[in-house]
Amino acid sequence: MKKLLLSFLLIITMFAANFVYAAAADLEVNTPAIAALKASMQARHGQLGPFYSSGAVGLTKDAFIAIKDATAVPLKDRGGLNSLVSAENADRTNLYKEIATANGHPEWQGDIQNTFAGRWIDKAQAGWFYQGAGGWVKK
Amino acid sequence: MNKSLVISSLGAAAILSACVTINIYFPAAAAEKAADKIIDEVWQLKDGQTAPAEKSTEPKPADAPAK
Repeated sequence: MKKLLLSFLLIITMFAANFVYAAAADLEVNTPAIAALKASMQARHGQLGPFYSSGAVGLTKDAFIAIKDATAVPLKDRGGLNSLVSAENADRTNLYKEIATANGHPEWQGDIQNTFAGRWIDKAQAGWFYQGAGGWVKK
Repeated sequence: MNKSLVISSLGAAAILSACVTINIYFPAAAAEKAADKIIDEVWQLKDGQTAPAEKSTEPKPADAPAK
């Protein structure tokens, strides 16, 4: 009985040590894949910036972007805008996935995405649109 | 004697398993920190501030500040 308890204790301790170690560290975000995604998104932001300001594009509550008002954009530019939004959302999906896998927890992807959803909106510039509970809101 | 050993072992096990329970959860604070860092880089914000409120003209990153 005593032996059983001790071995149980030992197992618990080993688990605890593992998890404490994992939790104490920051999330790993310095992988080549994440760096490439950041660079790609940073470059694209130069093109997306004016669309956020004009309200053509807004931040969604699930950490993506969406076309909010295509009429804010001249007809000839709408095709380009569509591809910009798709490319940005593809990068964002990969970013959330990469952060989760880089930290050894692919199942965290959804939580990471939720975290980003709030942070994108918090850091958005005044005048940009984001999705609130009842629809688009101007910040 | 034996009884107290069992009780203290159980107590220790309870405390340690509480650690496990806490730490297998998603590290929300670390994730926020990581998100902030990445967003600052992607949107080129300085020191974690929100983007400047006034930017009505077209962005011209090459311009030197003329003020």
